[in-house]
Amino acid sequence: MLRFALQRLVSLTISLIVASMVIFFVIEVIPGDPAAYMLGMNAQPETIAALRRDLGLDQALFTRYLGWIGGMLTGDFGTSYTYRVPVSELVLARMGVSLPLTVYALVLSTLIAFPVGLIAAARRGSGLDAGIMGATQLGIAVPNFWFAMLLVLFFSITLQWFSAGGFPGWDRGFWVNIKALTLPAVALALPQASILARVMRSAVIETLGQDYIRTARAKGLSARQTVVRHALRNALIPVLTIIGLQFSFLLAGGIIIENVFFLPGLGRLIFQAITQRDLIVVESVVMLLVFAVILVTFLVDLAYAAADPRLRRRA
Amino acid sequence: MLGRLKLGLAVLAMVATPALAQRADISVGLVLEPPNLDPTSGAAAAIREVTYSNIYEGLTRFGPDGSVNPGLAHDWDISEDGTVYTFHLREGVQFHDGTPLTADDVVFTLDRARDEDSTNAQKQLFAAIDTVTAVDPLTVEVTLTQPQGAFLFNMAWGDAVIMSPESVETNATNPVGTGAFRFVRWVQGDRVELERNPDYWGEAPALERATFRFISDPSAAFAAMMAGDIDAFPNFPAPETLAQFEADPRFSVIVGSTEGETILSMNHQNEALSDIRVRQAISHAINRQDIIDGAMFGYGTPIGTHFAPHNPDYLDLTDNSAHDPEAARALLAEAGHENLTLRLMLPPPTYARRGGEIVASQLRDVGIRTEITNLEWAQWLEQVFRGKDFDLTIISHTEPMDIEIYSRPDYYFQYDSAELQAIIAELDETTDPEARTELLHRAQRHISEDYVVGFLFQLAKTGVANADIEGLWENAPVPANDLTGVRWTQ
Repeated sequence: MLRFALQRLVSLTISLIVASMVIFFVIEVIPGDPAAYMLGMNAQPETIAALRRDLGLDQALFTRYLGWIGGMLTGDFGTSYTYRVPVSELVLARMGVSLPLTVYALVLSTLIAFPVGLIAAARRGSGLDAGIMGATQLGIAVPNFWFAMLLVLFFSITLQWFSAGGFPGWDRGFWVNIKALTLPAVALALPQASILARVMRSAVIETLGQDYIRTARAKGLSARQTVVRHALRNALIPVLTIIGLQFSFLLAGGIIIENVFFLPGLGRLIFQAITQRDLIVVESVVMLLVFAVILVTFLVDLAYAAADPRLRRRA
Repeated sequence: MLGRLKLGLAVLAMVATPALAQRADISVGLVLEPPNLDPTSGAAAAIREVTYSNIYEGLTRFGPDGSVNPGLAHDWDISEDGTVYTFHLREGVQFHDGTPLTADDVVFTLDRARDEDSTNAQKQLFAAIDTVTAVDPLTVEVTLTQPQGAFLFNMAWGDAVIMSPESVETNATNPVGTGAFRFVRWVQGDRVELERNPDYWGEAPALERATFRFISDPSAAFAAMMAGDIDAFPNFPAPETLAQFEADPRFSVIVGSTEGETILSMNHQNEALSDIRVRQAISHAINRQDIIDGAMFGYGTPIGTHFAPHNPDYLDLTDNSAHDPEAARALLAEAGHENLTLRLMLPPPTYARRGGEIVASQLRDVGIRTEITNLEWAQWLEQVFRGKDFDLTIISHTEPMDIEIYSRPDYYFQYDSAELQAIIAELDETTDPEARTELLHRAQRHISEDYVVGFLFQLAKTGVANADIEGLWENAPVPANDLTGVRWTQ
């Protein structure tokens, strides 16, 4: 197990180094000078030059890359050009929205998908199964931003139960924020739950056809016990893969939902930073997301190994 | 019994109604979040939309109609020759951190703005200043190198607000000014909160708290207005829904004008476009009303020169470039440019992207083909504005009174006319109002008759607000949401 983990760790580090170079140099090549953007159309050339000096943009590209990497290793992500506050502060504040939203959506999606997928598998071929399959098909097909707008139309404008968006901030108490994240989380969770439920169903159906299930039934276990003790555990591998992918997708991909609900999350931060050429923020946030995705993949690999002892030995 | 209960309830209702306090908080929607809150170190309109003149104030200040009024200076004297301005500051003005406003703060602010290392986005406002001296704690003397007709106007800009040396370094994130509202907090990405400044020198504002919230998505803005999360959205991003708000008694739709002259800019270094006949042909090919209807949902005023129609000195010169495809084709034939292809670069705003498609089809109608390239703002600034690498572009010039840009030969459209430069130079030194009007008229006529660019329309300001709010600025003489006069009527 340890050797397996170490091997994964080495490949993780190499991925990070390559990613950092790609991110930095690709982003720096994009046309558009941050200082000129900030000062607008009436700025005089020497004013722009003064601001470039202020921001350290007059240094050579490679020097800045080393400075950036060196800073990140010591936890210093630099200072945002436009906001003039440390990038780490910005990211931390935005994480306070994106991370809870992701976890909330993932919990909802798992809570819906597991029982639904299991029931569909257990009642395979029944009317209930057909109904579930149809509903999940619809759930995948409906774009989540459109579903989000429907939620807003119904729950915010007509019923006025929820506000149409925004995020009060954690210092205003726990539940007001959970409430503010509820509609976005539901909108994010619906398509994810649909995918997960279908994966769950087919994984369980596949394991139910295995010999060891027949053996388990033959030795006297009830249908329910068979499913829970044997089929479920073996069906978990593909399901875990999907959950891992979904976590990364939700964390980085919540941007459209964040726009619909005007939530101050990571996606909106990147979007804003790109248009304002706040390059250092873009680079650092993208790097962090890459790190998060690689880390989650690593953890999922470890989780496979935990769920399936054969994988440990093979590595 | 029942009767008595009813009576009791009625009495209770009568007592309760006046006791119900009027709302004293407002939440204002903005499309873009300000990058920071220091208007002296960035050009973003959003900085002014939050801070002007709520947090910071200048020596003079703009009124809702664009007039220049006394601000921190209650009065001023101008020397005979127009080169010395003596400002008399108000007594008892305090910054939000408790430090008193003195002449030294004014000297500091103006010197900082024109310093060599200054990062002021409108440094040209201070270009005429020679010296700034504090005569006594409440008197500042500003000497100009030459008379400048627009000096008091310049001092009213958001870029010229007075700051204290104690707080200037942190104003980007923790703004400290002298205004009627003081900064409470900024939840980045979500909102900026202000509260009434209890030590304000002037009349206390009716509002106790104000929150600016940032919503860029048009449908989200619509939902937030409808759900009551936002009380006022002065620059509403979904003009297609304005009719719906107009029909709803809960809301009022506020349509005003801005200082944004929207033009089809032409690069005078382009061989074809340096020919006045080609420029005139393009101007006649354009149907302004089609662009206003098609791109702006009908909001906008056609212009025939680079001047705001709500300004008393405005001349309606739209007839110079009336829609006339026949004349356009004839002019192109005469100039020998029947097979012209031009590059049209479009920045992100709707007026440019949608307007650009309409312009392209109108040009095609007279035989000019266009290659459209969509650019982000940063790219547009670098390639079109600084690099001058374009043939045509559509852009709204939002600075007030900016007809002088046509006198800068190195400005991105590279129009070089000695005659206009002479008019603007004379204007700059003229302080007599009548003479200024005459010069402004001459300048407007000159650029209109020389077809310097295609003059399209004045950008409208379209906002939505709760019907019970009054005192919001209808027009936008400068980007601002001055809340000092805003109140709830019930």
